[in-house]
Amino acid sequence: MKFAIQVNEGPYQHQASDTAYQFAKAALAKGHEIMRVFFYHDGVNNGTRLTTPPQDDRHVVNRWAQLAEQHSLDLVVCVAAAQRRGLVDEGEAKRNGKDATNIAPQFRISGLGQLVEAGIQSDRLVVFGD
Amino acid sequence: MTDEMMEEEGGVIKKFLYVNRRPPYGTIYAWESLEVVLIGAAFDQDVSLLFVDDGVFDLKKGQDTSGIDMKNFSPTYRALEMYDVEKIFVCKESLEARGLTADDLIIDCEVLEPAEVTDLMEGQDVIFNF
Repeated sequence: MKFAIQVNEGPYQHQASDTAYQFAKAALAKGHEIMRVFFYHDGVNNGTRLTTPPQDDRHVVNRWAQLAEQHSLDLVVCVAAAQRRGLVDEGEAKRNGKDATNIAPQFRISGLGQLVEAGIQSDRLVVFGD
Repeated sequence: MTDEMMEEEGGVIKKFLYVNRRPPYGTIYAWESLEVVLIGAAFDQDVSLLFVDDGVFDLKKGQDTSGIDMKNFSPTYRALEMYDVEKIFVCKESLEARGLTADDLIIDCEVLEPAEVTDLMEGQDVIFNF
C-alpha cells in the first residue's frame, strides 16, 4: 500500500513524531511504500539540524533523516508553518534576509500543496497528532 | 477510496473532509487548517468542511481579538465561497452544547445531526483532522 504520513506535533514534547516514525519503519519493513512524510504545525520542528538531545536519548531528527536516507523518503516541511517557527533553508534565508539556516539533512521545505497532493496520490494518509 | 471517486482529465478527484475541532485562538490549529483548505482549493478536489466540538467557535460572528493581540481571521471563512468551497457543515450537538445556533455563525452552514456527521465521515476518501 502507498502511505502518506502527516506529523502535526514537535519532537520530545509529544509522542506524534515517535509514533509516526515507528509506523513508517514498520510499514517499510512490511514492504509498503511511504510516498511522503509531511510536517505541519509544530511538527516542522522535527526538521531542525540544531536539535541536541541528551546522549542517552533517541535523536528524533537524525532518526528521520537516517530512515529517509535508507529508503529515499520525501521529508517535507511546510513552508508557511516553518516561517512562523523559524525553520530556514538556504532559499528561505535569502528570501527573508536571515543570517542562518537550520534545516536538517534529508528534509526539504515546500508548500501545503505537497500535503494535498499526498492525500490525492496515496492510498492512505495517516495523521499523527492530537 | 470510495466507489464514487471520479476520474477527470489530469487525475483523480477525491472527497476531502477538513474536520475543525478546536477554538480559534488558543492554538494555531484552526488557522493553519484554513490555510490548507485555501491552498488545497487549487487542486479541484471534492472538498467539505466540518466544524465540531469547540471548532464551532471558529465560525462565531463578531469575534473581537483586539484585547489579545491576535489576528482575527474569521472573515477569511467568508472567502471560502470564492474558492468554490461550498460544502460547510456544523455539528448540531456541538452548537447546542455551547448555546449557539446557525444564526450565530459568520457564514451559511448546513447543520448536521450526530448520525449525519458519521455518514459524512464515512463517505470520504481523505480526512484532515485539525
